[in-house]
Amino acid sequence: MKYICLGYYEPAKHAEMTEEERNAMFDECFEYDDHLRANGHFSAGEGLQPPETGLTVYWKNGKVATTDGPYIETKEQLGGILVLEARDMNHAVQLMSQHPSLKYGSSFEIRPVADMSEIVKASEQRRLKLTAR
Amino acid sequence: MPSNVPDDLSRSIETLYRLESGRILASLVRLLGDLDLAEEAMHEAFAAALESWPQTGLPDKPRPWLISAGRFKAINVMRRRVRFDAVQSDLALQLEARVKEAPQEEEMEDDRLRLIFTCCHPALPSEGQVALTLREVCGLTTEEIARAFLVTPATLAQRIVRAKAVIRDKAIPYQVPASQELSARLGAVLQVVYLVFNAGYSAEATGAELSREAIRLGRLVLDLLPEPEVMGLLGLMLLQESRRAARSSAEGELILLDRQDRSLWNREQIAEGIALTESALRSRRFGAYTLQAAIAAVHAETSSAASTDWRQITLLYDRLIRIQPSAVVELNRAVAIAMYEGPEHGLRLIDDLLASEELTNYSLAYSARADLCRRLGRLSEARASYEKALTLARQEQERRFLLRRLE
Repeated sequence: MKYICLGYYEPAKHAEMTEEERNAMFDECFEYDDHLRANGHFSAGEGLQPPETGLTVYWKNGKVATTDGPYIETKEQLGGILVLEARDMNHAVQLMSQHPSLKYGSSFEIRPVADMSEIVKASEQRRLKLTAR
Repeated sequence: MPSNVPDDLSRSIETLYRLESGRILASLVRLLGDLDLAEEAMHEAFAAALESWPQTGLPDKPRPWLISAGRFKAINVMRRRVRFDAVQSDLALQLEARVKEAPQEEEMEDDRLRLIFTCCHPALPSEGQVALTLREVCGLTTEEIARAFLVTPATLAQRIVRAKAVIRDKAIPYQVPASQELSARLGAVLQVVYLVFNAGYSAEATGAELSREAIRLGRLVLDLLPEPEVMGLLGLMLLQESRRAARSSAEGELILLDRQDRSLWNREQIAEGIALTESALRSRRFGAYTLQAAIAAVHAETSSAASTDWRQITLLYDRLIRIQPSAVVELNRAVAIAMYEGPEHGLRLIDDLLASEELTNYSLAYSARADLCRRLGRLSEARASYEKALTLARQEQERRFLLRRLE
């Protein structure tokens, strides 16, 4: 099964680190990612640029609107996502609980991937009917 | 999974996982002394198999291959953890020394028994025992167990995480208890097996799966530890399971024992259940499960509700009350007495039980009372008791049954 792991970190904490400390953290984390990769657990993953580089798109009064970034006020920010391949939820928990970023104050939200295939199939059939009319 | 694995080999590995992962995990737990580490090592060993077997072919003895691969994977895991956490370096050294001992084939079955006793350790909360046993011993996934117990995977995952934390914090050893402790600890194991079975008995959709798992677990424990009460419990489960097809109508309505179509009872399960119960009874060291199995066997051997030997059933309940006094057993005994001495005798006993207040929240006490009143023609009293039962009944199937009775 696939699990999406949303990694949260505290930007303020990272900003206080020396370059040496930050490099040590990266080395540990990437080494663990390599270990996950070697065992077929790391399906995909990306780090994110800091929150202030992003924007949010939404619908307001019948028009598209945008705002800067996510809610910057919250102390913890999404820093990266990892698509984990694990046998079950507890296996996913076990793999992520050894991730070195945890001891640097990060946390992971682990969410099972939803099987949308039935919903997609039903939707395709509805749309097919529409075009046939 | 690497894409270069031929189909038949990847199917063999999947079959191997399904049939052998329980044994392999149990042996790794013994060798490594740590459940989490053993699980991780086992998964890595299977990953290693996918990596190397396409070149080398399936080994002659895949199980020892996987255990051996798991041992060495565990050393790598520990080395990595040491760099992450210096406190673990002593542990890593101990582990390396331990892993160098060769695994012994004859210990494998004992390994599974050790793991069962750990998962059912009395220090763990009951929900944790059940979840851990189903996952670590039966090999079900977190999601499968969650679905069967109608909880979210996240809730169930946390039960397992907490149960494992208790094992670690209290340093619960992976071992079969010494003989003076064995019978008490075996009681806890059998209770977990029966809890799984009962969860399957009542659930409509997912039930069959859990009951099958409980029976499989019962067989495993019996294989490893042929004690009379294990036979009794397996016999009891088989005899109860034999009635599954007759227990509810096509519309899912509950059908009580006296109305069941006995031709739907599973004869094979009955024969096996009775044989097990008889061997347990012959041992003269049996307990409450065997007596309950004996009661179920009397029903199973009878061709119609009318020809049931209620006197024999009452005698068995008498013995059951002596070794395991409980108001619920007394209620069942009262119902049996009503069947051959007349409803008024049963009613008097049930009213005494209700007066003692132990069963005041037990819906079945009121529905049994209602049924006896109905047979005595005391219809308004019967109605009042059915209504009381309905306010207490929690299961949908039972509620629908009571509503039909009220009509």
